[in-house]
Amino acid sequence: MHWIILPVVLPALLAPVIGFVMRHDITLARIASVAGTVLLLAIALGLAYMAADGTTHVYRLGNWPAPFGIVLVLDRLSALMVLLTSALALIVLIHAISTGWDARGRHFHALFQFQLMGICGAFLTGDIFNLFVFFEVLLIASYGLMIHSGGKDRMRAGLQYVVMNLAGSTLFLFALGTLYASTGTLNIADLALRVPEIPAEEAALVRVAAILLMIVFAVKAALFPVQFWLPASYSNAPAPVAALFAIMTKVGAYAILRVHTTVFGPGSPGTEDLAGTWLFPAAIVTIALGAFGVLGARRLMPLIAFSVVGSMGTLLVAVAVFSTTATTAALYYMVHSTFAAACLFLIADLVVTRRSGDALQPELPTRQNGLFAALFFAAAIAMAGMPPLSGFLGKLLVLDAIREPGLIGWAWSAILIGSLLTIIGFARAGSVLFWKSTAITVPDAEDGETEDSAASIQPPLATVGQVAPVMLALAVLGGLAIFAGPVSAYLDNTSAQLFDRAGYVEAVLSPVEER
Amino acid sequence: MEIIVASSIGVLTAGGVYLLLRLRTFPVILGLALLSYAVNVFLFASGRLATNLPPVLSPYGDASYTDPLPQALVLTAIVISFGMTAVLVMIGLGAFLEADSDRIDMEPEENGADAANEGSA
Repeated sequence: MHWIILPVVLPALLAPVIGFVMRHDITLARIASVAGTVLLLAIALGLAYMAADGTTHVYRLGNWPAPFGIVLVLDRLSALMVLLTSALALIVLIHAISTGWDARGRHFHALFQFQLMGICGAFLTGDIFNLFVFFEVLLIASYGLMIHSGGKDRMRAGLQYVVMNLAGSTLFLFALGTLYASTGTLNIADLALRVPEIPAEEAALVRVAAILLMIVFAVKAALFPVQFWLPASYSNAPAPVAALFAIMTKVGAYAILRVHTTVFGPGSPGTEDLAGTWLFPAAIVTIALGAFGVLGARRLMPLIAFSVVGSMGTLLVAVAVFSTTATTAALYYMVHSTFAAACLFLIADLVVTRRSGDALQPELPTRQNGLFAALFFAAAIAMAGMPPLSGFLGKLLVLDAIREPGLIGWAWSAILIGSLLTIIGFARAGSVLFWKSTAITVPDAEDGETEDSAASIQPPLATVGQVAPVMLALAVLGGLAIFAGPVSAYLDNTSAQLFDRAGYVEAVLSPVEER
Repeated sequence: MEIIVASSIGVLTAGGVYLLLRLRTFPVILGLALLSYAVNVFLFASGRLATNLPPVLSPYGDASYTDPLPQALVLTAIVISFGMTAVLVMIGLGAFLEADSDRIDMEPEENGADAANEGSA
């Protein structure tokens, strides 16, 4: 049963090999990186199959029993997240290779693998300090990816991104210290045993720790009021990296789901109503900010980044309800919004690299204007939540799950109005980029020579390999919509398992069988 | 003992937060370093303060010991924050060399179309 640790070990072994042995041979690095990611996808499929029967698999490192040693825990939720990560990684990697982004700086593939290691580790760990360590692993790799290929704006945005996340890490440590001081353990299952034992009137320190942890995860998940770093970072990061970062915000959402359900969730008298009370209004404001950002953006990349902020708001509104149906909706929307955001960044990359920049102003149309327009609008439809793609079903599930009288008005109006504003923003951006551009003709050339030179600097056509990742992401979104029934049945079981706190505790803390 | 540790954590954190809010790279790096010192001491104190006690249970009757786990946590935290500070210095240096200025905020770009957007971001 060593399969559980493979999503961490495989990239961890592959990354240094790529970094040290294949540093001068980009072809070799590409082959190794793709092979590693395909293998990771296969492992993730295997793990999802393993977890599908509903047992919680526990991997004890060094075979130390749970509260003392570090454990990795595989349940349906972690398996789903690892599968999501590896599928997204493969799509992004194909794009990065076919567009040549990976060759514009050093060590793209090594950092990419380290990033996957950190993300998979964060999804699999059953120890909250280990979660911190994996956060740092994925962050330090993301710092390198964020400033990949350099440039003034990118370096500066990268610096802000690093400072923001380092401050977040410090806060994480403060939270862990507080939690350890009041409970004496950092194992999630053990915490899930001890936190409910603390009576509500003595839970002040635990409440502080719970809120501190939520702020830390909110920084990752780009929740108001700590969402401000995201648009600057994502819009200045290399586009494939921004597409990969679509999963990073979900790491924050996953951590909120895991920690604030299993540890501080329903059944802990001191903290059970804490997370929802603060999370819900913050998520509503996040939706509004995302929608206004989409409407006000003057460049394409920030526009997409703001739509990511809005989608995180929708996701966290569903998370904040902390019920099984709402969590099912949140998980469906999480899978959808990851691929939708990645798809938008990838198609935007294809368009932007063929224009003078990503400013939203009419320009000479690119040679494959029709193809790009179709892909962009398909992705935008998915992101904004219009039928027939999975965004519509995702938002419908979220709306359907929120029926509490105090919440329904806020949630429904925020999500519906936010969606409308997002549609308007995307429609305006797309019509400027793709339709107004067709009205522009080549500035009348005085003689044939200039016309020739204008034609010769035309950027190359997008190859099949460059369009395929976008198509693949769209196909996943379409598949999510077509197979919504089976998928949401699986997710129903996933959220039921997540809320089954006793089962989780029993599986992790059960004594080690003798061998 | 408690008052010294508590107030030093408080002073380090306050100084760190103040420096973190500065506009130049160097004070921000110093601020993060101060914050990480504060959090290290804080983690160390989270296993209760005990002076002159071993971090192991003694088999010879004396039951008092100091909690060893926060010491392990602090070691991890020190290594990570040290490494991160080094990365931050390198990225800050890179940004300074690229932009010829060590301001940490994004300055509005020259052409007006992009300026408003950068400000909002």
